[in-house]
Amino acid sequence: MEIINTINLTKDIDWEFIDQVRKESGQDTALCYQCGNCTAGCPYTEFFDYPVNQIMRLLQTGQKKMILNSRAIWLCATCEGCTTRCPCEIDVAHIMDILRIIARRENYVSEKDVKKFYDSFLASMKHHGRVFEMEVLLGYNLRSGHFLTDADLGPKVLGKGKLHFLPTRIKGKDQVARIFEKFYEKEKNRG
Amino acid sequence: MAETKYTYYSGCSLEGTAIEYNISVKLILKTLGVSLQEPEDWSCCGSTPAHTLGHVFAAALAARNLEIAEKMGLGTLITPCPACLSALKKAHVRMTKDPAFKKEVNALLDKPYQGGVTPKSVLQIIYEDVGLEAVAKKVTLALTDLKVAPYYGCILNRPPEIAQFDDPENPIAMDKIMTAVGVEVCDFAFKTECCGAAFGVPKRNMVNKLTYKILNMALEAGANCIVVACPLCQQNLDLRQAQVNATMRSSFNIPVLYFSQIIGLAYGYSPKELGIDKHAVNADRVISSRIPVEELAEKKKEKAKKIKAKEEEGA
Repeated sequence: MEIINTINLTKDIDWEFIDQVRKESGQDTALCYQCGNCTAGCPYTEFFDYPVNQIMRLLQTGQKKMILNSRAIWLCATCEGCTTRCPCEIDVAHIMDILRIIARRENYVSEKDVKKFYDSFLASMKHHGRVFEMEVLLGYNLRSGHFLTDADLGPKVLGKGKLHFLPTRIKGKDQVARIFEKFYEKEKNRG
Repeated sequence: MAETKYTYYSGCSLEGTAIEYNISVKLILKTLGVSLQEPEDWSCCGSTPAHTLGHVFAAALAARNLEIAEKMGLGTLITPCPACLSALKKAHVRMTKDPAFKKEVNALLDKPYQGGVTPKSVLQIIYEDVGLEAVAKKVTLALTDLKVAPYYGCILNRPPEIAQFDDPENPIAMDKIMTAVGVEVCDFAFKTECCGAAFGVPKRNMVNKLTYKILNMALEAGANCIVVACPLCQQNLDLRQAQVNATMRSSFNIPVLYFSQIIGLAYGYSPKELGIDKHAVNADRVISSRIPVEELAEKKKEKAKKIKAKEEEGA
């Protein structure tokens, strides 16, 4: 007999979470009637634990933990297909973005490598004002412990004037770093 | 077309792994009489990682550059990179539509952005401002072996409210530009499918699976080259093509060129001048036969004559 995974959507409804996502995204999540257009066009469905239309349904029923623990919100690439095709004009990609932001804020990180890559990227940007590609990759490899990630690509780019071994430091790098600091300060005061 | 001038924001990739995109865009725009001025001391647009922290934060990183561009007073800012375009445009659109959002973003900046810049892609100004006729006029060489699949990627035309250019489901700007420079274009069903974007490093297998589908579809469409407008798409399809072959047990060997490089080839620049030698997959076999357009026209005429003569003989 085939066992079907069912989710009890009437349990643990977090009304505050529904409201929070609605406010932060500026989107009316109640409009979604589960047509499935977003999922049909989503290139990531095969990698998601919950397809994007299910994330929308879980959101309507306030399943905060299930959503913030999902891998889907970290594997979404914001390719904007869902947003472009939603018949209710819901900005679905923006909602996925908001869910990821909340997950980060509340320390739910189901895809640690993805977050580590983003962190490495942001650190490079904060240091130099521009992104130093070599540092992003090496920073990721160190953070993740996957020391040899993309080492095979080295010979393909070496000697082609593409890889720089020193960053471009801009004059206004302090201005960029201040954007980070002011943002962190604001987040701290959020409570 | 009269000389036009734009603010030119290249973005971080175009200083590094996509340097050939920068080189080729600058060459062809010069040929087309478009002059560029870089914003002094520009910084990273924030790209994908910034909007995993917050939208006000992401918009601030982009708006620092918009503010610098605003002071230059040229009105339109152009960028070759769709990720930069998306970050700059989202910041601009949201800030001009929502005063509260604008106030929050400007609170993170040393100097506030007032909304006086229109960000566009290089592709858009070539298509709309320069125009296909002017693009075609500069062609000197015919690329007779080339059959391209135009791949636009995910965010160049999406979402339409932000992109405000071409069609979100079936974009045609690159198709038409390729046709204008005399290159054969294949019908390509995966024009806007996502290549895996920034996940190449942390989720390589996922990206390899997604690019596999795109490479495969390009071959099925009859293409021998993929033409792109995005440094990340180029990297995923070209630099990672050997990884795709290893992961998916495939044997792809299809070159992936920037649209600017193909225009440059038709304008008579050498592959080296356009940085085509910097790609992972060698493109020589599809671009090496280039003949002057007059010669091609002559050949076509002769061929037509022969056919006519044969027909008359038969009759």
